[in-house]
Amino acid sequence: MTKLPIERLEAISSQVRRDILRMVHQVQSGHPGGSLGCADLLVALYFEIMEHDPSKSVQKDHFFLSNGHISPVFYSVLARSGYFGIDELSTFRKINSRLQGHPTTHEGLPGVNIASGSLGQGLSASIGTALSKSMNGETGKVFCLMGDGELQEGQVWEAAMFAPANKVKNLIAIVDVNGQQIDGPTDEVLPLLDLSKKFESFGWNVIQLENGNTIQDLIDSLRKASTLSTEGPVIILMKTKMGKGVDFMEDSHHWHGIAPSDSQLAEALSQLPETLGDYPI
Amino acid sequence: MKGFINSGNKDTRSGFGAALLELGKTHPEVVALCADLTGSLKMDAFRDAYPDRFIQVGIAEANMIGMAAGLTIGGKIPFTGTFANFSTGRVYDQIRQSVAYSDKNVKICASHAGLTLGEDGATHQILEDIGLMRMLPGMTVINPCDYNQTKAATLAIADWQGPVYLRFGRPKVANFTPENQTFEIGKALQLTEGKDVTVVATGHLVWTALEAAEMLEKEGVSVEVINIHTIKPFDQEAVLKSVRKTGCIVTAEEHQRYGGLGELVAQTLVTNYLVPQELVAVNDSFGESGKPEELMIKYGLGAENIRAAIHKVIERKSK
Repeated sequence: MTKLPIERLEAISSQVRRDILRMVHQVQSGHPGGSLGCADLLVALYFEIMEHDPSKSVQKDHFFLSNGHISPVFYSVLARSGYFGIDELSTFRKINSRLQGHPTTHEGLPGVNIASGSLGQGLSASIGTALSKSMNGETGKVFCLMGDGELQEGQVWEAAMFAPANKVKNLIAIVDVNGQQIDGPTDEVLPLLDLSKKFESFGWNVIQLENGNTIQDLIDSLRKASTLSTEGPVIILMKTKMGKGVDFMEDSHHWHGIAPSDSQLAEALSQLPETLGDYPI
Repeated sequence: MKGFINSGNKDTRSGFGAALLELGKTHPEVVALCADLTGSLKMDAFRDAYPDRFIQVGIAEANMIGMAAGLTIGGKIPFTGTFANFSTGRVYDQIRQSVAYSDKNVKICASHAGLTLGEDGATHQILEDIGLMRMLPGMTVINPCDYNQTKAATLAIADWQGPVYLRFGRPKVANFTPENQTFEIGKALQLTEGKDVTVVATGHLVWTALEAAEMLEKEGVSVEVINIHTIKPFDQEAVLKSVRKTGCIVTAEEHQRYGGLGELVAQTLVTNYLVPQELVAVNDSFGESGKPEELMIKYGLGAENIRAAIHKVIERKSK
């Protein structure tokens, strides 16, 4: 059972993907590839898994986007969840906007917990928040999304060593394993090798998710992780397709940080049904 | 010492440790994090009294700063502890993004700042940290002068909303400011009244400035010594008021001449009221191993150096 039918969640994902493409296209700037790949995860988190109430300033569950460059998917899901109006999506990356190129608390955008963009920092912050919840006797969950290329940052491994050693509870890390980074496939730039073994040897409970673009599978993995996390930290190695949902963008690092042209946008939008109404430009 | 009595040499880091222990009792939301330097930072008393609120991070300063930022989201007031070098340069981007730009209420507490760390040498003797930290928007930067003042400053920053860099040191130095003083962040303290020259000093150099003032008193020179314990927000008015009277100024700090108190005062003078200034600071070099007092002399941070700078600046004023 889910709060919303799976078909409904898939419909939201389609709209989120349209938002991502339209935002990036409008300013001819931003990161569509990873955003499209993580759309299903964020929809599953915000519309099914997490306990949160956009009308409140303090949330039970927390989400940290460590790979801040996929801000388009974050902003779309926050707006579609009710943290702010969808009209504001049209201000993405423009001057005087709360929707900065990379997410920040500095401009007062609701739903953002910390600035991110310089990579490798989100897991540490997530551990801190999970620890504060434990100290307060709270049971809320902390979810942290990282990119796979981001794991090349040393700080990630400082944090990865700390969390299991200190049995940090209610912490669920998620790695977007799309195998791509700016300069090419991760296997060519700096191979990550066996991430499962790496995290297992650090003491994490590792969940492999083969299809991170299937909502039901995502929900199953996230629920399992939430249950396991009461004992100690859990990490989901989530395979996704970069650019998922737009055939000519899928599985290519080319679309990491490139905006579609007018004709490419039209072609992409034709593959994604408008389910909740596009935000006005 | 010109109205100031050294009640016995003490290290400023012990003032930090004593205050942290007090905060454990008075502020249940205070938590402490340390990167494998608990004894050096004098955080062991807090650790033993409040083990559930002490986090041993290991030698992982970047993770420490990030976790501290995350702890604030759950309403905690985290105090991080490591050497000044590892509190700033090593984790500059983490402080910039996760703390300063994210407006997180983290207290970055840094011991063993400057040359007086001594024998460990230049790898550990950061002389750039004031500059690094004061460049960050929203960062408060505090560099108290002795044990009593470091203790008071540590207590004060717990009730100050926003990120703070608190800088203190390793050696035992004169303890001469009042016990149980009230520490007002951003308020300069005039220690002596004088008419010929203003000396503004920060940290360990405040006592050295008083020593220099006493020497000059005997030579018939009247020196106004001001303790700048808060670098940012900077008490510009206190400095301007003094130089309008004295007409010249010497700055003294255990820091590079670039980015530190001297440069800050120069900017204040240039944009408000220009008078001759001399800087007592490290002149664009790294430190080295040696005894703290030897290093302070070799790198030009002794009372004699302040005395010479005062003579020079008064001569420039009279030209």
